[in-house]
Amino acid sequence: MSASAEAHSPELQHHFDSMEQQRSASTLGMWAFVAQELMFFGGLFTAYLVYRYLYPIGFELGSAQLDIKLGGFNTAVLLASSFTMAMAVWAAQTGKKKVLLWMLIATLALGAVFLGVKYVEYSAKIEHHLVPGYNFESDSPYAGQIKMFMALYFAMTGMHALHMVVGFGLLLFYIYHAAKGRYTPEYSHPIELFGLYWHFVDIVWIFLFPLLYLLGRA
Amino acid sequence: MPLDFPLFPEAASTMAGQVDAIYLFLVALSAFFSILIAGAVVYCAVRYRRRSDDEIGSNLHGSLLLEIVWSAIPLAIVLVLFFWGAKVFFAQSRPPADAIEYTAIGKQWMWKFQHPDGQREINTLHVPKGQPIVIKAISQDVIHSLYFPAFRVKKDVIPGRYTTVWFEATKTGSFHLFCAEFCGAEHSLMGGQVVVLEPEDYERWLAGGAATAQAPEEAGRQLFDQLACGTCHGEGDGGRGPSLHDIYGEEVRLVDGRTVTIDDQYLRESILTPAEKIVDGYSPLMPTYQGQISEENVFKLITYIKSLSPSPEDAAEANPAENAASAADEATEETL
Amino acid sequence: MSTLITDSSRSNYLNAAYGIKSWLLTKDHKRIALLYLVAVSIFFSVGGLFAALIRLELLTPEGDMVQPDIYNRLFTMHGVIMIFFFLIPAIPAVLGNFILPLMVGAKDLAFPRINLASFYVYVVAGILGVWALINGGVDTGWTFYTPYSSMYSNTQVTLVAMAGFIAGFSSIMTAVNFIVTVHRMRAPGLTWFRMPLMVWALYATSIIIMLATPVLAITLVMLMLDHSLHIGIFDPAQGGDPVLFQHLFWFYSHPAVYIMILPAMGVISELVAAFSRKKVFGYTFVVYSSLSIAFLGFLVWGHHLFVSGQSVYAGAVFSILSMLVAIPSAVKVFNWTATLFQGSVSYQTPMLYALGFIGLFTIGGLTGVFLATMGLDTHVHDTYFVVAHFHYVMVGGTIMGYLGGLHYWWPKISGKLYPEFWAKISALLVFVGFNLTFFPQFIVGYLGMPRRYHAYPPEFQVFNVLSTAGASVLGLGYLLPIIYLTWSMRYGKKAPANPWGAVGLEWETASPPPTFNFDDDPVVEHEAYDYHHRPEEPRVA
Repeated sequence: MSASAEAHSPELQHHFDSMEQQRSASTLGMWAFVAQELMFFGGLFTAYLVYRYLYPIGFELGSAQLDIKLGGFNTAVLLASSFTMAMAVWAAQTGKKKVLLWMLIATLALGAVFLGVKYVEYSAKIEHHLVPGYNFESDSPYAGQIKMFMALYFAMTGMHALHMVVGFGLLLFYIYHAAKGRYTPEYSHPIELFGLYWHFVDIVWIFLFPLLYLLGRA
Repeated sequence: MPLDFPLFPEAASTMAGQVDAIYLFLVALSAFFSILIAGAVVYCAVRYRRRSDDEIGSNLHGSLLLEIVWSAIPLAIVLVLFFWGAKVFFAQSRPPADAIEYTAIGKQWMWKFQHPDGQREINTLHVPKGQPIVIKAISQDVIHSLYFPAFRVKKDVIPGRYTTVWFEATKTGSFHLFCAEFCGAEHSLMGGQVVVLEPEDYERWLAGGAATAQAPEEAGRQLFDQLACGTCHGEGDGGRGPSLHDIYGEEVRLVDGRTVTIDDQYLRESILTPAEKIVDGYSPLMPTYQGQISEENVFKLITYIKSLSPSPEDAAEANPAENAASAADEATEETL
Repeated sequence: MSTLITDSSRSNYLNAAYGIKSWLLTKDHKRIALLYLVAVSIFFSVGGLFAALIRLELLTPEGDMVQPDIYNRLFTMHGVIMIFFFLIPAIPAVLGNFILPLMVGAKDLAFPRINLASFYVYVVAGILGVWALINGGVDTGWTFYTPYSSMYSNTQVTLVAMAGFIAGFSSIMTAVNFIVTVHRMRAPGLTWFRMPLMVWALYATSIIIMLATPVLAITLVMLMLDHSLHIGIFDPAQGGDPVLFQHLFWFYSHPAVYIMILPAMGVISELVAAFSRKKVFGYTFVVYSSLSIAFLGFLVWGHHLFVSGQSVYAGAVFSILSMLVAIPSAVKVFNWTATLFQGSVSYQTPMLYALGFIGLFTIGGLTGVFLATMGLDTHVHDTYFVVAHFHYVMVGGTIMGYLGGLHYWWPKISGKLYPEFWAKISALLVFVGFNLTFFPQFIVGYLGMPRRYHAYPPEFQVFNVLSTAGASVLGLGYLLPIIYLTWSMRYGKKAPANPWGAVGLEWETASPPPTFNFDDDPVVEHEAYDYHHRPEEPRVA
């Protein structure tokens, strides 16, 4: 107990000896979490690759149903949000509380834009009867393959969007505490860890966008 | 409760002896190691039992030599077993070239078999002794598994995909036939008997039911005409669809650039979901027959289409080596 | 550290606070372990009840006790409950939760709140599972093979898959907690290669859980979409591939076998060392064998698909890799046996379980080689031979390890000694009952009796009657510990800090330990199981 006896941060939990230990433990925990997330999406990517190999034509036709402009716009939005998130982490580490607050709010706003665009895209799919299990219709000779593409499109982007929504909720929590000035250079790791999560979710999209929107387009 | 129960299954195929040999070897090996370890455990536990309350064990903590020895011995044993098991498995997976083809359709909860001459049976299968038989099987609904314990062979029967299982019976009599993959409520009742007859008895048995039987090629031809397949798939290459003559076993290029070998699986897909693998130079004009043709009728059409290509026997006479190779390819073609 | 032994008035984690809230909202890993103990015991009893009904049905060949669709629900729920709600959490979440921080000299796991959350996630999953059960159950087998599960079964597939999905997150939470605790919270001086083998085993298990469970989770998501919305990812009638489901499912579920057995192997290493009072023979090799089992476990899933029409070459690769698992497993068995050599062996109950484990796991492991041998698997795949094999590993292995560990650490957990006489009787009943139940299934399996059969040909009856007889003995063997352990919590003799004279940090603190585990932060100066540097302390017989 002697190591931490001098300066007892109020954020130090009782079972850790020091803030370093607490920080490195949480960081490792977050990486472990990201590793399992990777495997989670890995299952979907495997299914995608198997069916893409089996049904190359249908997947090209399916890909053509997606709105590349909206997808591209959303990619830019997410990349921008990654930037604001990185800025937030920097601000937390250097004790710039105001910058931190505004960067978190900017990240939240960009996340909201992404989800809004996603909503527009999904509504268009519903309108065009492209939702398997709900209203899928197609008179293409490759209807079955397109349906499989759309099923995977919804499964993959849906899971991604779900992660965005969770991140959105967490952001609200961090914004609330950032506004109260809880995060200091000594206690910045909640923001760093959330940053890891947010970047991970972005990276998943960086893979989803070319696989779903770009591959096979002339 | 019958008390004359068996302890070892009847061996009634050419494969049974090979499988039993591995099994008996492994049983002996397991007995040896189990007794060795149990013996060592009991010996040490008794010999080194604690004699006073504050006694402790020796300071022994390991031996690199021993670790190497008891890693190397299992490694050597499993390598032998791997090659032995793989050899038998490859034999189980590759029907001999002279095997006669039967078909089986699994559905909840029955097996429908068809003999090469068109004779049909449900849940019972009569086969001649001493003749290699390959069963081409498909499921109409969920995954089943065709299992003949006395022949030591089993193969999953999957919807949408042909699998094959082969055997050569060596003993006449009646043996169990099971579904081994769980398939729903009546899973345990989805089975019956495989009856092995002397070849002449088998001929007699076939003759007894011949009145209703129609040769599958002939039935396939009628169906082919009835569905007017010939309007597009004519004899020449000028039709809207490719000609079906002399194509079986050939490789073709598809519009998406891939090549496929024309086998039973490809013919089946081309009938049911024709748009998915269009031959290069043609358009996806053919309507889908998914859900409109039963698996039995698909079998008939395939048999007919195959009869438009030189039969295996002719090919075997012309070039026996190539034929054996293509039979092997067919056996390994089973995807994923 | 010499005054802490049997002072009844001192504060410990059990008497530190009272009231239901102090238990249900606790963040103490030891209390959470006890919450898990209660929960997994309930699920074990429910799963056992299903097993009893299965065995009763199979007494006669005609299938005359229950309807086939009821029977299918029975074995499915038996499998689902035993695997997802008992075997997977049993050793890590009960014994591991309790003992891991003690063994590494930490005050708690790294994330106590996540630990508590994992328990409630598990409870939610369990309630969902029980709710599905009440609403008709599920009849697909615990393997959920498509397209039967996705398109044909009209039972509660979606609910049960959801329960499995949620339970997965509970194990992931525990696994992440263990990984971080082992990496970041070890006591000074406790280097990696001084860690007890139980810690290594839990660490290897946690890695598997972290990397494999999410794949099952996403597979179950796709299954739920298929079953509830019929979108057809695994439905061949809609262009889906039913065998893809098997690949994804076994990518998790084969490693899951090692999730279940590795912690038991860790327990056995502890027991063999403690009751031989000797360092585990070839410690580093046992460590590496755990890690290599964890690694190889990811590469062998295809041996479940030898007869599913996968290519023979893929089958060959999976066969040889599966064979390789035999080597680290054999290394463990040989090293445990060698540990007894020149030891000081005593026969208290935990050791009886350990010796039983070595014998039964040897048979379970060797019969695994039968199944990895492709030409032989063609015959025994999906028969009772497979059933016997995995029960030898899961019941003869995991449950024996769990019971051995529970008895070994019971004085630490409860602060009381269990009645040795009854415990020995029960260990004997479990061993005899187990073998009588499952050995005949090897024979009937080779005869060709397929698994999941509600009715069967009459010549298989003798073996099924023997199995059922054995199951009743086994049931009694399992009932006894529930009774006498509960009894001992109130009436048992007070346990000293170190009733076995064992070494290890967990024996250097009081029984039961204080809330933060140690009065003084422990420092480790010796390797694990170093009986020649046993700390001096008064022992109470």
